[in-house]
Amino acid sequence: MTLPLVVCLTVLFPLASMFLARPIAARTDPRWGTWLLTGAAVALAACSGLALTLVTFAALVRVPFVAALGRWSPAVIDRGDTTSAVLAIVTGLLLGMALTAAARFALRRGRALAEAFRHARGLPGRGQVVVTSDAAADAYTVPGRPGRIVVSTGMLDSLDDVGRVALLAHERAHLSGQHYAFTSAARLAAATNPLLRPLAEAVEFTVERWADECAARVVGDRRLVAETIARAAVAAKHGGRRRWSAAMLGAVFPRPDGGPGPVPRRVAALLAPPPRRRWILQAAVVAIALAAGVLAVEAARDMHELLETARYPR
Amino acid sequence: MLSAVGSSDVPRRARGALEAAIMDVLWQAGRPLSPGQVRELLAASGDATARQLSYSTVVTILTRLHVKKVLARKRVGRSFHYAPLADEAGLEARRLTALLDGSADREAVLSRFVADLSDSDEELLRRLLGSAGGRPGGDAR
Repeated sequence: MTLPLVVCLTVLFPLASMFLARPIAARTDPRWGTWLLTGAAVALAACSGLALTLVTFAALVRVPFVAALGRWSPAVIDRGDTTSAVLAIVTGLLLGMALTAAARFALRRGRALAEAFRHARGLPGRGQVVVTSDAAADAYTVPGRPGRIVVSTGMLDSLDDVGRVALLAHERAHLSGQHYAFTSAARLAAATNPLLRPLAEAVEFTVERWADECAARVVGDRRLVAETIARAAVAAKHGGRRRWSAAMLGAVFPRPDGGPGPVPRRVAALLAPPPRRRWILQAAVVAIALAAGVLAVEAARDMHELLETARYPR
Repeated sequence: MLSAVGSSDVPRRARGALEAAIMDVLWQAGRPLSPGQVRELLAASGDATARQLSYSTVVTILTRLHVKKVLARKRVGRSFHYAPLADEAGLEARRLTALLDGSADREAVLSRFVADLSDSDEELLRRLLGSAGGRPGGDAR
């Protein structure tokens, strides 16, 4: 387990996946895209974590005290690959940072989800949809068991009948597809390795597209759904929605390429022909995740064998 | 939709904005108001459309908001006085909103139907849909 392998697993594979994230999000069938990108993000995060752990551990077992603890023979261990102390310190630090970031994210997101679930239960009525008397146009889903859909009267007023059907179909798709689980998993992966952030952002986009396509199937007209999204976005912008989300992602962090935001991209995708499965793009992502997995597992097995050989017989 | 209770002098599109203006007046007043008082306060507000509203239009909009269970009303003399109804759904939504204010993560677990729109995004939407579909959204006011 040496430097090239660590660089491959923590940097190169995530970088490669980064370049595939955008095209997959833009072009492939969003349901497949969501599954693939989430799976790739989690797999790559696990592999880079495993690589860091292995290198750090390989250096640790060379410390006589640790070797004694694990009843490993230093002579046998020295026959294994050498690991430089500097590299081990770096990987150890990175591993510590990754684990801390993952724990902090998991705690924060877990708390936010628990709160959302509580609110889903606490919202008035028993119906899935809660209409709030608010002139500002707004609509969102609250994940929970069961999840709820909150729509303001302002939003309902700004849409026609077909638009309301599309809106509800979109939000129901979020709930039935458990989309918060995908975005949370991808974000957790990105917390451990920042190079996976584009994948997590792509997943946040593909779940919207997934819900849009569900709405288009329910309504039976992609263009009508596109128009509904545009109408709702314009109404939300000008209808005095409380700016509690203004400080969130899009507004604070400028888009990396200064390109269009998610709403025009969703509308454009609905105006284009229905997305197909893109075998080559999808195979490329699977190949990257698989290659990373094979490399990481091989390295782990080498390590395991070395330690087994080095263990003093009882 | 409840907008069947319309009045002809208000373009259909503007109603949402007028309702919002009237709700603002009532929230700010903090006490039940008669349609006449609402109209006076609207006239003092900056909104150009709202300033020209006739008495009957104000009554119509107030009635509509009452039917929608947004406003409570009680009879005072010969007319009704209106006040925002502190309905359960509205309160809960406001509570939720206040809660969400604090944390980006709470926002992240909710799926908004539409993300915030930048000016260039809006322009792009108009271009995308402009050709056949008319103007996306129309103007709310």
